[in-house]
Amino acid sequence: MAMLSFERKYRIRGGTLLGGDLFDFWVGPFFVGFFGVVGLFFTVLGTALVIYGAAIGPTWNVWQINIAPPDISYGLKLAPLKEGGLWQIITFCALGSFVSWALREVEICRKLGIGYHVPAAFGMAIFAYFTLVVIRPFLMGAWGYGFPYGILSHLDWVSNTGYQYLHFHYNPAHMLAVTFFFTTTLALAMHGGLILSATNPAKGETVKTPEHEDTFFRDTIGYSIGTLGVHRLGLFLALAAGFWSAVCIVISGPFWTQGWPQWWGWWLNLPVWG
Amino acid sequence: MKTILAVVGGALALFLTIAMFGGAGWTHPPMAVKQTGFRGTGMDLIRTRAGNEALSEANRAPAPADPADAGGDKASAVYENVQVLGDLSAEQFNRVMVSMTEWVAPQQGCTYCHSTENMASDELYQKRVARRMLQMTQYINASWKENHVHEAGVTCYTCHRGNPVPANIWFDRPVQGAGRFIPRNNSQNLASAEVGNTSLPYDVYQAFYQHKETSEDAVRVNATTALPETKGKPIQDAEKTFAIMISMSQSLGVNCTFCHNTRSVAQWDTSTPNRVHAWYGIRMVRDLNQDYMTPLTSTFPTNRLGVLGDAPKINCATCHNGANKPLNGANVIGPYPELSHPTIEASLPTGEAKDPIPGTQTPALKPTKP
Repeated sequence: MAMLSFERKYRIRGGTLLGGDLFDFWVGPFFVGFFGVVGLFFTVLGTALVIYGAAIGPTWNVWQINIAPPDISYGLKLAPLKEGGLWQIITFCALGSFVSWALREVEICRKLGIGYHVPAAFGMAIFAYFTLVVIRPFLMGAWGYGFPYGILSHLDWVSNTGYQYLHFHYNPAHMLAVTFFFTTTLALAMHGGLILSATNPAKGETVKTPEHEDTFFRDTIGYSIGTLGVHRLGLFLALAAGFWSAVCIVISGPFWTQGWPQWWGWWLNLPVWG
Repeated sequence: MKTILAVVGGALALFLTIAMFGGAGWTHPPMAVKQTGFRGTGMDLIRTRAGNEALSEANRAPAPADPADAGGDKASAVYENVQVLGDLSAEQFNRVMVSMTEWVAPQQGCTYCHSTENMASDELYQKRVARRMLQMTQYINASWKENHVHEAGVTCYTCHRGNPVPANIWFDRPVQGAGRFIPRNNSQNLASAEVGNTSLPYDVYQAFYQHKETSEDAVRVNATTALPETKGKPIQDAEKTFAIMISMSQSLGVNCTFCHNTRSVAQWDTSTPNRVHAWYGIRMVRDLNQDYMTPLTSTFPTNRLGVLGDAPKINCATCHNGANKPLNGANVIGPYPELSHPTIEASLPTGEAKDPIPGTQTPALKPTKP
């Protein structure tokens, strides 16, 4: 792949966390690094195991392929390969490749001398997945509480796990997570729209500056968060969405066993209602 | 001004946070759990180990009384006015009477039902109700054995638990006005305990548990065809269905996945066998309410009736009391064969109410604690 003339200047040695110079090279546009190699290993192994799982399963229908976790009765032990052991190894591979990807991002950040915001943000997504398949099953006492790997089967799991608490929309952390997800899309749409509007003025007009962008929001809502601030806000909203998602599932079961509507008893029982 | 608002807001947030953490009743591991579906479907019973033990402790069946001699004179020969259990020996009859006292009125004793002047008298309404309840128990154990109560059976204790009035009963609830702008509240938006504090309709027992002739698809709101062929049921019906399902879950201390794979709640072939028991249970409750409870309306004194003047009625929680098997599934009917089948044909008359006992109050509808 062609390389732009100035790109070479940023492709410098060093900054690696592990492996020193050994994997400090690029393949085409891609930085490799120790974690690129490890990540590739886990990705290939995990994907191969999913395909193996599909091969020994009842269907090749891509919607219905299902790699299910072990029965609850296995607790936190390892299960036979065809009875959930596959799920356990694939989960390990998935976490291995996700974490490798994040650390490869860290190495690239170090090379460039920039902050770790991107790997940190990706870390939140890994944390949410880790919560689902490791922290919560660990607290519940069985790997069987993890979600199955399959397009439809994982949706069935979501449905049933929601209905384990009768009405999951009453889960307060779920409320927060959903609110943050929607707010993230709202903020991104408004920000994208604003930038495009400033850079696409009417025919014959010059491209507008951040002053115009700020003024638009000051005029409409009395306040503009500013050019840097909007990105802080965006990162916060997105990370909060992932964080509260993790919270909403980890409290369901380990720390709350009834229906979520019943949780609101504390509000109904406040002494202020008389 | 800004500072004051900040302080007030901060204090309010702190207070609510404390109330939320301290008042909600959070639990913690270790968990005691049971899988109800194929691995990975997310069909599990979710209970803490401590909660499970407490539940099992709260639903312990009482030890049965020692067997009595079947020989000797019959109860109908020894005592007057023995209408249901007259074929028992006097000793067996007394054994049932003593057990009933322990099950239903351990504090009040024999005189809760019997006149001290004449034990044979039907003067007290409690005695006339108890007689019908004996028949009801026999009917349940005979007619609903195969489909709902199985070998475990029921006795008075299954519902009464040492209370003259079982803790979990229901009455019709009046439709409330919803304030100035809406003439009625469609029986919802009140955070009712019956439906797990949701805003769903609270009058669902009336809708689903009252009449034997309730339409077979009253609860079903899902379409049975891929594309609509007729006008579907309104969203209000779906809310009623969700409400009755939440009520059933609470009554049994289980969640939706005890019976359903919620990927398609209506589909029988992906549901668990528990759903079959529940389906029959709904029919049983309708049966009992229509044939046994509602006819007692005029027998009960006013203070035993609901605000709309209706008799106390049965729902799942009446027997289950928060456990998926009442009394932990113990075989309670085995030691009491006389209660396991009808001993007389007639539905005995119960007469009118005339003597409410002072100081006895109808308990308010209590939420089931799963």
